[in-house]
Amino acid sequence: MTEDDVKKDNAFDTIPKLMLYHSKQRGQSPANRQKELGIWKSWTWAEVADEVSNLACGLASLGFQRGDKLAVIGNNRPRLYWSMVATQVLGGIPVPLYQDSVAEEMLYVLENADVKYAIVQNQEQTDKLLEIKDRLPNLEHICYEEPRGMRNYSQDYIHYYKDIQKSGETFRSENPDFFLSEIEKSHGSDIAIFLYTSGTTGNPKGVVLTFDNLIISSRNGIKFDSLTCEEEVLAYLPMAWVGDNIFSFGQAYVAGFCVNCPENSETVTTDLKEIGPTYYFAPPAIYENVLTKVMIRMEDAGRIKRIMFKYFMDLAKSVGIKILDGKPVSIKDRLLYSAGNLLVYGPLRNNLGLSRTRLAYTAGEAIGPEIFEFFRSLGINIKQLYGQTEATVFVCAQPDGEVKADTVGKAYPGVELRLSEENEVFYRSPGVFHSYYKSPESTAETKDSDGWVATGDAGFYDEDGHLKIIDRAKDVGQMKDGTMFAPKYIENKLKFFPYIKEVVAFGNEKVFASALICIDIEAVGNWAERRNLAYSGYTDLSAREEVYDLVQECVKTVNTDLARDEKLRGSQIKRYLLLHKELDADDGEITRTRKVRRRIIADKYGELIEALDDPQQTHREIESQMTFEDGRVGNVQADLQIREVTMD
Amino acid sequence: MPAENNRDDILLSVDHISLSFGGVRALEDINFDIRQKEIFAIIGPNGAGKTSMLNVINGFYHPQQGEIQFKGLHRKQMRPHEAAVQGIARTFQNVALFKGMSTLNNIMSGRNLKMKSNLFWQALYYGPARKEEMENREVVEDIIDFLEIQSIRRTPVGKLPYGLQKRVELGRALAMEPELLLLDEPMAGMNIEEKQDMCRFILDINEQYGTTIVLIEHDMGVVMDLSERLIVLDYGRKIAEGTPDEIRGNQKVIDAYLGVAHTN
Repeated sequence: MTEDDVKKDNAFDTIPKLMLYHSKQRGQSPANRQKELGIWKSWTWAEVADEVSNLACGLASLGFQRGDKLAVIGNNRPRLYWSMVATQVLGGIPVPLYQDSVAEEMLYVLENADVKYAIVQNQEQTDKLLEIKDRLPNLEHICYEEPRGMRNYSQDYIHYYKDIQKSGETFRSENPDFFLSEIEKSHGSDIAIFLYTSGTTGNPKGVVLTFDNLIISSRNGIKFDSLTCEEEVLAYLPMAWVGDNIFSFGQAYVAGFCVNCPENSETVTTDLKEIGPTYYFAPPAIYENVLTKVMIRMEDAGRIKRIMFKYFMDLAKSVGIKILDGKPVSIKDRLLYSAGNLLVYGPLRNNLGLSRTRLAYTAGEAIGPEIFEFFRSLGINIKQLYGQTEATVFVCAQPDGEVKADTVGKAYPGVELRLSEENEVFYRSPGVFHSYYKSPESTAETKDSDGWVATGDAGFYDEDGHLKIIDRAKDVGQMKDGTMFAPKYIENKLKFFPYIKEVVAFGNEKVFASALICIDIEAVGNWAERRNLAYSGYTDLSAREEVYDLVQECVKTVNTDLARDEKLRGSQIKRYLLLHKELDADDGEITRTRKVRRRIIADKYGELIEALDDPQQTHREIESQMTFEDGRVGNVQADLQIREVTMD
Repeated sequence: MPAENNRDDILLSVDHISLSFGGVRALEDINFDIRQKEIFAIIGPNGAGKTSMLNVINGFYHPQQGEIQFKGLHRKQMRPHEAAVQGIARTFQNVALFKGMSTLNNIMSGRNLKMKSNLFWQALYYGPARKEEMENREVVEDIIDFLEIQSIRRTPVGKLPYGLQKRVELGRALAMEPELLLLDEPMAGMNIEEKQDMCRFILDINEQYGTTIVLIEHDMGVVMDLSERLIVLDYGRKIAEGTPDEIRGNQKVIDAYLGVAHTN
């Protein structure tokens, strides 16, 4: 980096300063686009600076003080992003909220963050705030962006976004220096934003991030992936989530690229196709959905198309990833791959809206290797990332050319990593959060005095020095012989097979690992139909020898995989059984978001687990309760076979 | 209850209408007024003559007796397209859309009456035709936004689920910018969530565009919540008229719906 670059970086140390920089540097380039009434409307950086200035001045004329908190609630819209910048201009702190939370859930965050102002998308969000307003003495003003349905709201504390901007224009003409002098007052070490983590246990915590956190992390990311001001991104993930604040806010303001907002949450696939982002982020579930849709549509395609698709996808599987990673491939395969690109991969990428995508990330959950490889073989550079709100996203990522389906990559530039004796991952980086708002105790629990942060996740390094995240640290146990036992890691590996819907693995303080497996009735049912295997229902199907054989193969593959890791070798599955019913949220066995409730399952199926642990038993009878869809409760009886698997 | 002809906010008044098909008397001496900007419901058991009544209002059937006054104009007979020009739009009990056309084009077809340029210019898609198309497209996009159907803009309506088709049909009726909107069982075959959405749209149309709405509906909860006034038909006769509260307690209505014991 040259000296000038350093100077520039130091001078533009807040988001509003960066906005001014881009409005001068590339005033006529698009900064935001949004589809309105079927047409993509764009705003240049110069226009954005103007919009933000009017809004900031308008808020100031309402009495906005430095340090005031402003909640932002709604789908990704340019005007809501500008609200965040306008707040930062005035030295206030934006607090984006998850737009689909119900009013009661919002209450805690709004109260905890001392929110005084709120800028919301529409009537729906306004109504939520009105519902809880009398319990929020600090909330003084509500501003809405979409006027639809708002005509009959006469409260004097409810304002229309454009009216605030109008009063801002008047304010600005009376105080011409106000806007620039306010921007100059903030610096990199000041607080930029509060992001509330959803918190699986207890109340959400407000993660306080500074401008330095946001901007230095964004800058590192831009260098790592050589992003430019030419990128196009589609902002469709919640604004309250830290990822959106980096990918479509922080990085956009640092690099100066264009952020596109979809028409509404249902049109994302169409909008994606129209925009063709160059830089894309999605959680694994979205990639999985796309793959399923492609496969289903191909089943319905004509015969020639199907044959062509199959031929070229097989080719892509064997050479596509190598080509993407710049590894040697024979000339014949290279030529065939280019033909495939013309006939299959190109049109398919275009249809998915990914034809311009130089870089795609997935994070948050483990991604199935098949899904991952499908996209990479098409020539889409999809990589894994490991991050946290507390780290301003980046902890680990995969460098280009070193991409694997089951690791999260190496430490990100500027990040130091450390593993504790219990294999918990710790990091220290410029992105490390300032504190949890109003909670010094939990700040101290998570971040030590040297700035090391505990992730709560357990992991280890593989042979190439890539970090593998295996489970929450508190769920990782030890087997009798001292082998590390990470249930979720094993369960996920099994669940990547389409025939397996749910798995509960046991091994903590045991001699060998075992598993309760639930088959996926749709996939296995389909498989059975194709081989003329008649069955009467779930219980019958899952007790079939043939189905056991099918699952046996899956378990064996996973065991081979586990044997490859020295640390996990001992945790191969030795015995398993197929459960006679699906795990069901109505029976309390899983949560509504399909997370297995280990304790309840251990209680309910205690005798099955005992039988699994006892190598003498080959089957076990069980009677259990199940709740039907209409709420009635019935009993199911079954005699479950227990199978042994060879271990590598 | 006599019709109050002296009110000055009457949009449409139905005056002693009788309609019969051969020997079958579909409607007999029906009288009622529809006031400006109200939501007015017609209810009644199956075969009571509700749809016939709508068909008379929009000129599809011609009554043998009586006349209709719309916006102060008397008329004995009118063709449906004349009704459309005057500002009456409707949706049908069974969805009547162009199945192979996209949502956008279906709603666009509702703008047909507003297009002034001739076939020649339209075929060339040049000059006035192009400008007109753009203006009309803007109106249609507003409706798409209003009904929240952006995601199906380009989808052929035949592929859409029933609830959405009904919404598209409502969109096409709205595209005519009607003063009087006739809705024939807008919630038939819908699930609760779709019904709630439809109710919200009907109320919003009434409030935002100031459109007068006449609605036939079987779901009593919906009718009682939405409408300001309603009439009840039974065997082609009007047996009651009033506000939802008045109708709820009316013995004749209860009898018509639940039946009465016949004693010899």
